Parts: sequence; C-alpha cells; structure tokens
Amino acid sequence: MRTSTTARVGQYAALLAYLVFLAFPFLWLISTAFKPPRELGSLHPTWIPENPTLDNFRQAFDEQPLLHAALNSLLAALGAAVIAVVIATPMAYVMARRRGRLARAATGWVVVSQAFPFVLLIIPLFLVLKNLGLINSVPGLVMVYVVWSLPFALWMLAGYVRAVPAELEEAAAVDGAGRLRTLVSVTAPLLAPGIVATALFAFITAWNEFFFALVLLKTPEKQTLPVILTHFIGAEGVADLGPLAAAAFLATLPSLVIFALIQRRITGGMLAGAVKS
Amino acid sequence: MALVTESRKPARRAPGTERGRHGPDHGAWFLVLPALIPILVLSVGPLLYGILLAFTDAQSGRTEPTRWIGTLNFQDLLHDTLFWESFRIGLVWAVGVTVPQFLLALGLALLLNQNLRLRWLARALAIIPWAMPEVVVGVMWRLVYNTDAGILNETLRDLGLGNGHDWLSGLGTALPAVIVVGVWAGMPQTTVALLAGLQNTPRELHEAAAVDGAGAWRRFRTVTWPALRPIALAITALNLIWNFNSFALVYVLTNGGPGGRTRLPMLFAYEEAFRYGQFGYAAAMGCVMVAAISVLLAVFLAGRLKGGLKGGDEA
Repeated sequence: MRTSTTARVGQYAALLAYLVFLAFPFLWLISTAFKPPRELGSLHPTWIPENPTLDNFRQAFDEQPLLHAALNSLLAALGAAVIAVVIATPMAYVMARRRGRLARAATGWVVVSQAFPFVLLIIPLFLVLKNLGLINSVPGLVMVYVVWSLPFALWMLAGYVRAVPAELEEAAAVDGAGRLRTLVSVTAPLLAPGIVATALFAFITAWNEFFFALVLLKTPEKQTLPVILTHFIGAEGVADLGPLAAAAFLATLPSLVIFALIQRRITGGMLAGAVKS
Repeated sequence: MALVTESRKPARRAPGTERGRHGPDHGAWFLVLPALIPILVLSVGPLLYGILLAFTDAQSGRTEPTRWIGTLNFQDLLHDTLFWESFRIGLVWAVGVTVPQFLLALGLALLLNQNLRLRWLARALAIIPWAMPEVVVGVMWRLVYNTDAGILNETLRDLGLGNGHDWLSGLGTALPAVIVVGVWAGMPQTTVALLAGLQNTPRELHEAAAVDGAGAWRRFRTVTWPALRPIALAITALNLIWNFNSFALVYVLTNGGPGGRTRLPMLFAYEEAFRYGQFGYAAAMGCVMVAAISVLLAVFLAGRLKGGLKGGDEA
C-alpha cells in the first residue's frame, strides 16, 4: 500500500512523540541516580549529570537493607513462580483440552478473579495468616503470591496447551502410549518453553508486587524491595532523591532484563489464551 | 463435582473433544486438585469470609469477641461522605486513565503496525512501563514532578511557563498529575493487546478497501475497527476495573493527598483496615466496590453481546 509523503512525515512525528513520552521518565530516573547532592539541589537540573557519581548507590545500601530486601524479593518471587507453575500446568491442561463444566468454571474464575478488589481478600487472609503465625514471613507471602498469580498462569498455560495440536497426542495414543506417557513424552516437551515463560512472568509479577507485601510484612528484615523503597520517602513525603533514584533503578533491573527476554512469549501466551476460549 | 456427573454419562460426547477419544476420564481430578485446593483455601474462601466480615464489627487487636451486626456497616457507609468522595475520585481516576490510555495506545498500535523505522525502539521502550514495579514507576514520576529538581518544572522554566509548581501537592493538580502517570504506566499492555488485534486483521481487506478508493479514516472505520472491537471492549473493561482497584502507584505518588484529593477507594479501605483496624467496615467497603465492578462488568458484557449480534456493527 502506498502512503503519501505527508502521511509518512506525520507518522514519524507521532512516533517520535511516543518515544519521548515513553522514555523521558526513565531517562530522568537514571540521570537522577548518578547526580551528586549539589546537582540534586540545583534549581536548574540538567539531563546529563555534570559530575556523575556512584555515591547515591552507596548511600542507598547504607540507609536501607537493600541486599536483604532483594533476597526476600528473590525468595518470594522464585517460590511463587515455581509453585504456581507446577500446580497450574495440570489444571491448565484440563482447561484447554476439555469442555466440561469444570473447565468452564475454572475459566470463569480466572476472568472473575481479575476483578477482585484485593482489600476484600487481604483482610480475611491477614486474619487467617495471623492465626497460622505466617504474618511477617516470606513463606506466608509466597502462599498469597501463588494464588494471586494462578489466574494469569492458568490463562497463559491453557493457551500454550491449545497451541499443541491434539492430533499429536492422538497419534501417540494410537501408537499405544498411555495417557500419562503421552503427557510426559509428547506434550510436556512441546509445552516447556511456554511453562518457562509463564514462570518468568509469575516471577516478575511477584517481584514487583507491593500491596500484599505492605500489609503482610511488618519488620524491615522481612520486607521485599518495593516495600523497602517506600522507606526512602519520609513520613512527610520528603524524599532523599539521589538514593531513592538509585535504589529504584536497581529494583527495576531484574524485571526489565527478564521481561526483555520473554516479552514476545508473554504476548504470545496472552493471545493464545484469548483467541480460543 | 462437575466431572463426576459427566463421567457417569459417557454417552454425552462433545464432538472434537478429548473425552470422545479417551473415554470417561477420572484422572482429570488429579490434575485439577493441586491448583484447585489453594484456590479454594486462599482465594474463594477468604473472599466469602471477607463478605461475612462486612456484617460484623471485626477490629484488629480487640479483646472482646467479634459480633454479628447485620447491615450496620453498610448503613454507616451510606452516610460516610468521605467514602463516597473517594468512590467518586476512584471513578474519575479509572475513566480518566482508561480513556486517554486507550486512545494513545490505539494510536501507537496503529503506528507500530506500519512499516516504520524506529518501530523496534518504540516496542523496546514500551516494555519499560510494563516491566517496572509500580512502586518504582511512582518513585520515578515523583522525581519528574519534583518542584525544584524535577525535569517537568525545569522544562517549563526553560519555555518560560511558570516557575516551579508542586504538582503532586496542589489541590487542583494532584489528581490530573497522578492520572498522567496512570496513563503512562498502563499504555504498553493496551498497546500490545491492540497491536495483536490489528495483526489478526487480514491485510487483504485493507488493500481491497484501498483499491476501492477508501481513505485512511474510512478504512479504519469499515475494516480496522470492526475487527478490533471485541479486543478493544475486553481490554477497556479490564482496564477500568484494574484502575478502579489500583493502589501502589497513587500510594507512592501522593498517599491519597493532598487533603484526600487522590484518595482512591483502595487507599481509603487500606487505611481503614490497617491503620485504624476497622476490619468489618473496610470489608463492607470492599463489598461495595465488588458491587460497583459487577455492575460495570454487566454493562460491558451486555454491550459486547449486542455488538456480537449486530455482527460487529458500531452502535
């Protein structure tokens, strides 16, 4: 299709505007993270730090238990991702391959769960976990994260299952393989990339999560990165800009890297889940 | 339960499903249980418990036993002007974020669907808001909005427009300021969903329309939009709900201030529950939010059904 020159110019101008809008806050975050205090206090801030420094990073680690928080985040996210995928994969298989009432109910729950206001969920969860002695504990948080990431995991995985042609499984059945054998040696290998993508997505979601962590984790040594980050913002909303920017930049790196690697698979999974349901 | 009933009736086979080929399958229960039990115990159960709590005077750290108080919480809520103000703010925020976000995302998706240079860069950048923890997005925009050291005010100063405004603390500017952040943060998901919808539209239809002499706007109205409509409706409904329920972004940006101008319902309920310990009352707020969301979903589903019957024709 031919497009006129004026239209092309317009398109590039619009694209440029989008690029600026998307990029500038992030560039500003990076710029702030490397600025010495004197430049941060300046009334005329610049895009490029005049005297770039790593002091903000050092100060961030001094002020708050960042390493410890990162470890907590890692444990919570890893635990949630692994458990969620292990228990979701069989159910997603049933959702994808059957049209029974169970599959329909599961799909319905996945959709409805997207609409929960979490406050209605967190109050009873808080009471239950408190009675179990799991408040202020990473395992307690993992339990919540598993259930919280299940709907999307089921949705993505069911999509990946549907992408595996049922004919392959039938062929194996004709060749005399039992159901379990078929699942393990035919379906599972084809699902593996989708399972990894789903696990990574669950990992990022848990790594980024804030609300449940804020409510359930009480002491700094148990808190995850997003919660610790808010400690850089004082009670009156006064923030120590440099260390705040440095810590925020560090907290976002893992998810950015993982996301960049699996972005295509996630969107693929989302769509596979959405197209045929 | 459903599966048991169905396996008793092996004769009822849906054509083209596995069941028809493998016969009644009792193994499916085993596959479902590992996920079903946590869902029931940690999601459905607490949800029902939460609804029950709304009818009690449950409070944190109280020694007397919790009492059933009927609809008293809801009656109090009815007269709680602060809650309804936050409910109104929640609606303004949800619509204020969702609508511009949709329009911007549609524009970007249409651009990314063209054969443009730098398209890859836009795709790469669109990952950033999506992958970032909401808390970091909030922190980042606080740096942008900062009165003295923020880039927004510096740019305005350079342009000779104003001399340092405290965007997040201004009574009039706080809500618009957080809405801009909401739009920025959620745009990528919407863009990706719409882009996928666009790529599912057959190219030949566009070309046929172009050959017939249809202009860009006409092609959009007659070819692109009808194909995009279902996905656009679904993503808009979800965005409205997600935004209405959002918490972290605004908690970090303004914590509901100034003077409650950005106090979303979730922030209100969080404070009520975990600062003042009013579990029953906060649960009642949650119930009201669920009711509001259900109405919204019903309206949307009805619209979707109508659109479907009309064959995707715009109403």
